[in-house]
Amino acid sequence: MLADKDRIFTNLYGHHDWRLDGARERGSWVGTKEFIDSGRDWITNEVKSSGLRGRGGAGFPTGLKWSFMPKQSDGRPHYLLVNADESEPGTCKDREILRHDPHHLIEGCLLACRAMDAHLAFIYVRGEFVRERQRLEEAVQEAYDAKLIGKDNIHGWDLDIIVHHGAGAYICGEETALMESLEGKKGQPRLKPPFPAGMGVYGNPTTVNNVESIAVVPEILRRSGAWFSSIGRPNNVGTKLFMVSGHVNKPATFEEALGESFKDIIEKHCGGIRGGWDNLLAVIPGGASCPVVKGEDMMDAIMDFDGMREKKSSFGTGGMIIMDKSTDIIKAIWRISAFFKHESCGQCTPCREGTGWMMRVMERMVQGRAQKREIDMLFEVTKQIEGHTICALGDAAAWPIQGLIRNFRPTIEARIEQYTYSSTSDGAVPSIAAE
Amino acid sequence: MANLKVDGQLIEVPDHYTLMQAAEAAGAEIPRFCYHERLSVAGNCRMCLVEVKGGPPKPQASCAMSVKDLRPGPNGEPPEMFTNTPMVKKAREGVMEFLLINHPLDCPICDQGGECDLQDQAMAYGVSGSRFAENKRAVEDKYMGPLIKTVMNRCIHCTRCVRFTTEVAGISELGLLGRGEDAEITPYLERALTSELQGNVIDLCPVGALTSKPYAFNARPWELTKTESIDVMDAVGSAIRVDSRGREVMRVLPRINEAINEEWISDKTRFIWDGLKSQRLDRPYVRKSGKLQAATWEEALAAVATKVKKAGSKVGAIAGDLAAVEEMYALKGLLASIGSGMTDVRPAMSGIDPSMPRSAYLFNPTIAGIEQADAILIIGANPRKEASLINARIRKTWRATNLPIAVIGEQADLTYAYDYLGSGFETLADLAAGKGAFAETLKNAKRPLIIVGEGAVSHADLGKQAGRDTIALAAKLATGTNVEGDWNGFALLHNAASRVGGLDIGFVPHDGGVCSADQIALAGKGELDVLFLLGADEYDMTAMGKAFVVYIGSHGDKGAHRADVILPAATYTEKSGTYVNTEGRVQVTTRAVFPPGDAREDWAIIRALSGAIGKPLAYNSLAQLRAALYAEFPHLARIDEIAPGSAAEIAKLGKAAIKTKSAPFVSPVADFYLSNPIARASATMAECAQMAAGLRQAAE
Repeated sequence: MLADKDRIFTNLYGHHDWRLDGARERGSWVGTKEFIDSGRDWITNEVKSSGLRGRGGAGFPTGLKWSFMPKQSDGRPHYLLVNADESEPGTCKDREILRHDPHHLIEGCLLACRAMDAHLAFIYVRGEFVRERQRLEEAVQEAYDAKLIGKDNIHGWDLDIIVHHGAGAYICGEETALMESLEGKKGQPRLKPPFPAGMGVYGNPTTVNNVESIAVVPEILRRSGAWFSSIGRPNNVGTKLFMVSGHVNKPATFEEALGESFKDIIEKHCGGIRGGWDNLLAVIPGGASCPVVKGEDMMDAIMDFDGMREKKSSFGTGGMIIMDKSTDIIKAIWRISAFFKHESCGQCTPCREGTGWMMRVMERMVQGRAQKREIDMLFEVTKQIEGHTICALGDAAAWPIQGLIRNFRPTIEARIEQYTYSSTSDGAVPSIAAE
Repeated sequence: MANLKVDGQLIEVPDHYTLMQAAEAAGAEIPRFCYHERLSVAGNCRMCLVEVKGGPPKPQASCAMSVKDLRPGPNGEPPEMFTNTPMVKKAREGVMEFLLINHPLDCPICDQGGECDLQDQAMAYGVSGSRFAENKRAVEDKYMGPLIKTVMNRCIHCTRCVRFTTEVAGISELGLLGRGEDAEITPYLERALTSELQGNVIDLCPVGALTSKPYAFNARPWELTKTESIDVMDAVGSAIRVDSRGREVMRVLPRINEAINEEWISDKTRFIWDGLKSQRLDRPYVRKSGKLQAATWEEALAAVATKVKKAGSKVGAIAGDLAAVEEMYALKGLLASIGSGMTDVRPAMSGIDPSMPRSAYLFNPTIAGIEQADAILIIGANPRKEASLINARIRKTWRATNLPIAVIGEQADLTYAYDYLGSGFETLADLAAGKGAFAETLKNAKRPLIIVGEGAVSHADLGKQAGRDTIALAAKLATGTNVEGDWNGFALLHNAASRVGGLDIGFVPHDGGVCSADQIALAGKGELDVLFLLGADEYDMTAMGKAFVVYIGSHGDKGAHRADVILPAATYTEKSGTYVNTEGRVQVTTRAVFPPGDAREDWAIIRALSGAIGKPLAYNSLAQLRAALYAEFPHLARIDEIAPGSAAEIAKLGKAAIKTKSAPFVSPVADFYLSNPIARASATMAECAQMAAGLRQAAE
């Protein structure tokens, strides 16, 4: 379990002052100039050695991503783009950083920009985050006023930060759609390659990072990469913000070390499962796009990237959705399907046509108004979408259903049977509710 | 060059190739919907997925991935891609199934049936059954004007139409609205599109979502006879395919000709075909006691012969915008046999003088050469109306190189940004004198392109000198000191298909003849007894006095109303005729259908008339006529080629003394949709013209 001294986000709940003074008391902006002066390679190497993996869901090593940026500028400016378009259902960590610890992020921006020779950082804030954006803008202004950032600042590395407010589309959290949206176009993902590090915002080399990935960087540099990598287990190191929602006694957002067991985390931070551990039906471990895992499989699960992969799911953002046995799991997954159908951008064929198809089949399966062979068909349709689309939204829409079919096939079959048995001889079915 | 293996076959392709191009080079077919060579890459249909070795374990869109992005094998083996593996087959079947689940499958009542990409590829790459048990999506049809019919249920969201209109046509009036399965292609405001190239989206649409409104439910592609021909609606000479059934032209489609129209055609070219069937002159007429009455060929020819014999050499001839070289050559021969040199193919008071070299009236840099230009000056032309495809080529160049463009003349929306310098001759004179910023641009340009419109060289009110001076100044600008050696940037933009051909064979005043305006003036004064109008309708018909007017043409337009004898002739789809486009490129139309009723090919009418006059021309067939024509003008025998003019001739033109002080530059094409007799007979064109006029009013 994470010791209090190892916490990075010390004002996660907003109990203290979020402004510059408060942040400084908690250690922000200390030694920043030294880090800047140590140069680009030192920062990148420190982040690399810390083993920090991207906190936005995919878990790509952050230091490695930074090193993809051109070593020498070919005349084009470099950009940092911070993805604060946190829209994944079940995920609510970045907003806490924006609201309560904005200076972590701003300081992180400065250091990250130094590490990739950028003088301009964009922070793309989700459309619904109005108060969060106001806080962030205020904090950025404070930093400007204190000459921490801006032109000729005290750190000797010019940096401008532009806070951009999105319009609230889930797809704009995809890094290339984010760039399109930032440029004022319709938020539709771009084809890769070219990758953002070669051709990103306005055609210039860009690195896109999650808010949390950037916000932990100052502490990593202050306490050294070795400190960060000593927490957790190999390849899954450091502290992480977890969010637990659903059927636990005390849903919460909290910082915890990676590599702890699911059971310990829930017991320590959330007061256990509603109705006891026997009442646990299923868990979606990292935001809506991750495949659902059966409750009994979660009992021994380790909450980190590799631990969740062992359970054929994904750690994602760390936003756990806990469902107890009162949940209609088919309906729950249908709801997720409906979400992805609604958020599909409509650009490429498999996702545009497939998400609606999957949702409609799911809709029937919620009632049981389906054939058992359609379960296999549905699984095949998810496979037809997965990996065939421009961006990962197709995969994200396919995985929850794959998880459902893998883990809860008997439930679906029972629902279909129940529906079939209750039909009358002339084929009419008395209305049985989904419950 | 890059080496790679396609399905095990090692090939070498240029570095900039995409996987799709590489596969095609290796002979592997890749299905596609959204990809189009001439549009930006969207990569959204996902039909072209291929398997790539060493990459992520998922198929890649071959239209978007470059061969440079492939990774070589661990020991430096060439990278590999596959187009025939189970992964690719599954991907194609999957995408095809997704495309079809919400497609109405109404092929039996769809005009695209038989030439539909979706139909063809579903046969080749799809599966036979459907697993989709839900209701299909319904999409409301959109209104896109009188030319494009929409059935949006059929749309597969490839966005080719959106990309074409924004990239090539230069209008932002089509877009993809909405998200996910609610995404729709829409003209936003349910208004007619305002581009003169909009018809091309019908060809681009891989399904039956956008089809031709005038052609709706008229024919099936497999029952049409396809004839490859040349368009004559403007002086561009686009390559077209005329589709006919029986004696009717059913539609006109573009053919690919990289040198001229790439694969686009203008709406006038495409939708003119209903004009080929209405207002046709299908039998000879002779005016008797003030009224035109139907007559036989013998009567009509005899009536003309009598008048011509009486007139001696007081006979004139004016060729209209659509006349082919053959008939002009025959008519010139006929007039020569009676001692008249009064022939003219130019608009009134044109500055193009018969004494000028050929390069003075050609689009010397060629249409494809526009892409090499590094600065463009447009003088007295609205290329969007006068030569839509040349305008599209300028836009293409502008998009690629962002070169400086300036306009003197009408300040119109040309779909690209330009500096507006002024409206008339004074501005041009200033520019030629080196005044203004653009003079500097032109001076530094290595390959300047000076486009001179007919509006700048023909001044009916001011006389010929104004046009000559315009040409001289333009020639001076085109031959600056920095111009590269072999570059000839002087480009005269004609707006009629007949013009360059007529000028080439000398269908201009000679041997004491006078120009078209003077001929009409002489006729008005009673000093010209017989006037032949070879499809000429764009002249003042009230000014011809008591002259005996013989109209040889296809449509009952202004000329036929004035005529004393009408000799019905063939249109460009009904004869094999030589046309020389504004570049000087010699092209030949092909007969797709026969002329209606008693109408005959123009050259044959003139040959018959020469017999009736008693001075028969020395040829009895088109082949003999052409043999004589080619002997006299050898360059006309070189079909599809340009006999280039020289830059030195242009430089010489630029040294002429300037006498004109001021002249307005007004584009001669007032209404794009109604610029010739066939267009004026077309109901579709009339509707477009009204629509365009309405839009103009609304905008004012």
